[in-house]
Amino acid sequence: MKSDHGDIELAGVCKSFDGITNVVDGVNLKIADGAYCCFIGPSGCGKTTILRMIAGHEDPTAGEIVIGGQNVVGLAPVQRRTAMMFQSYALFPHLTVRENIAFALRVRGQSKADRLRAADAMIEKVRLTQFADRLPAQLSGGQQQRVALARAAITEPRVLLLDEPLSALDEKLRVQMRQELRRMQQELGITFIHVTHTQLEAIALADLVVVMEQGRIKQAGAARDVYAHPHDRYVAEFMGGQNVLSGRVEKVNGTSFTLAQAAPAGIEVPLQARSTVSVGDTVDIAVRRDDVALVRPGRELPPGCSNSLPSRVLAIEYQGYFVKVMLDTVPDDEFVAYVPEKTFFADPFTVGDVVMATWATGSALPLAHESRRAQGV
Amino acid sequence: MQPHQTLPRANLAGWLYVSPLVLVLVPFFVAPILVVLAASFFATDGFGGLTPGFTLASYVEVLHSALTLKLYLATIKFTVLTWVFTLIIGFFVAYFLVFHVRNQLLAIGLFLLCTVPFWTSNIIRMISWIPLLGKEGLINQALLATGVIRQPLEVLLFSDLAVVIAYVHQLTIFMIVPIFNSMARIDKKLIEAAIDAGASRFDIMRLIVVPMSKSGIALGTIFVVSIVMGDFFVVKVMSGGGSASVVSAFYEDVGVLQYPTAAASAVLLTLVLVAIVSLILRTVDIRQEITR
Repeated sequence: MKSDHGDIELAGVCKSFDGITNVVDGVNLKIADGAYCCFIGPSGCGKTTILRMIAGHEDPTAGEIVIGGQNVVGLAPVQRRTAMMFQSYALFPHLTVRENIAFALRVRGQSKADRLRAADAMIEKVRLTQFADRLPAQLSGGQQQRVALARAAITEPRVLLLDEPLSALDEKLRVQMRQELRRMQQELGITFIHVTHTQLEAIALADLVVVMEQGRIKQAGAARDVYAHPHDRYVAEFMGGQNVLSGRVEKVNGTSFTLAQAAPAGIEVPLQARSTVSVGDTVDIAVRRDDVALVRPGRELPPGCSNSLPSRVLAIEYQGYFVKVMLDTVPDDEFVAYVPEKTFFADPFTVGDVVMATWATGSALPLAHESRRAQGV
Repeated sequence: MQPHQTLPRANLAGWLYVSPLVLVLVPFFVAPILVVLAASFFATDGFGGLTPGFTLASYVEVLHSALTLKLYLATIKFTVLTWVFTLIIGFFVAYFLVFHVRNQLLAIGLFLLCTVPFWTSNIIRMISWIPLLGKEGLINQALLATGVIRQPLEVLLFSDLAVVIAYVHQLTIFMIVPIFNSMARIDKKLIEAAIDAGASRFDIMRLIVVPMSKSGIALGTIFVVSIVMGDFFVVKVMSGGGSASVVSAFYEDVGVLQYPTAAASAVLLTLVLVAIVSLILRTVDIRQEITR
């Protein structure tokens, strides 16, 4: 039952190394053929373990891993037709670039002429032709990364697994190699699974972003969904760009509810169709940092804004096209406004100024409460 | 100018750094070699007295003697046999310790176990072969009892076989240590990457582990070759006097007060060893591998 399809299904996958705690705890996920999927989470959240289980370097304690309709648990990487690109690349230091890339073909018994021809074609694809006879130690980080990519891709796998592929590179190179990864993925047309702890990397690359915490999937969805509509406080804080406020529900009417907060009138939040909220509940809401507008006290609020929270400016960071203003709006949580550069410098604030933080009422997003466990989509 | 003033001081610091090594090497290595070299050119009165001078008579004698070639061939035979067996055993012991013992504490424990034979002296280690290999030894008794042989095997002890066994027993550790050292520095991710590419266990050993252990193998080879070629004691004891080696021959010369001939043989052997070692170093760049 051989299939060229690289669609992956994880069903109830668990992994425990010590028999007591599950590093990966009941993960269910479907990844479409030819998708670029990013697993993201803090270190120790089990993302690399999932990758290694898909690759066949680790066996799940429970559950099934299905690739192209075939349960691959117990199969060797070659039989799965997966290939892995290791963190810090694991290039063979005693072999040249060409020999590194041809290695998989060599151990598959291809003749020397054939495998060198295939390797040279791949070397051209990753633009390393002039470095073909060098040893890995004589290459820069970005070049090494391309060798690793070429070495993994030469076997024509149906799934390519990348373990923090960009973490060893400096900032500028990272952005450049990120594009190259995406280009390779489109060129090869195969499923890429990429593990990272940088949210920028994930949302820039992925068709499917999977946010993990402690062995569980917190949220899985398109990059824009996960960033703009985080499911709960954890995802909102991890993906960044959101202010999370929490408070007790004071009043509920048909389309909105009111959250008790520092503002005398409370905060009005639109009620989403599926969430049920009753008076007395503690609820988290998210407000995008770039939706927050700052107004001097006494001035009129922009249209559509009914909430305004008095705050003091704690710090100001110039970021180029926007200015990051940190406020003491809520007692224990960070509250930050990303003000467009031009708006900010039209009437600049200084540290210690009192301002009113406001946002369009409709843009606030109620979050699922922590205690109700988030399920992967 | 500044560099002119600082240069002598930098030189002095450099000399200070190397002085401990110099203080050891000069009196214990360079000086004895020079003494032997000088003695090899002296003439002798045949009764142990040396006449300072310059004569190549001793070299002519050593190089013209048919015995010299025979001794070198015998010594090289022991060296090659010992090298082959210590390399095979040493490589696989190191491989097992590095790649199959997952518990690091256990690996260190097993590693120390390899050094147990060295807790006792060389002589005792050799003597202890007698109850095992001797005519009435354990092996012969076992073989007689099981009816495999009728007569006890004489070849086990006081033979070339016994010499090689004793060498392998003594010197395998000199292979294990450097090979273990270079293998332990192989990133385990490389092995995983090779598995990912579809390499079999044999492929991994052939294409990854052996090439990456080259420096350890070369170092171990240098140890084993130079020890076996410079030894006479094991040959003497374990062959029961039946075999000789290069060193045992000039040991005899010293016994009969032929110092210049002994010294000339010693210089010749040193040159041969230097040639062998530099050949090994040419094939493996140990310095580069060690600082990698």
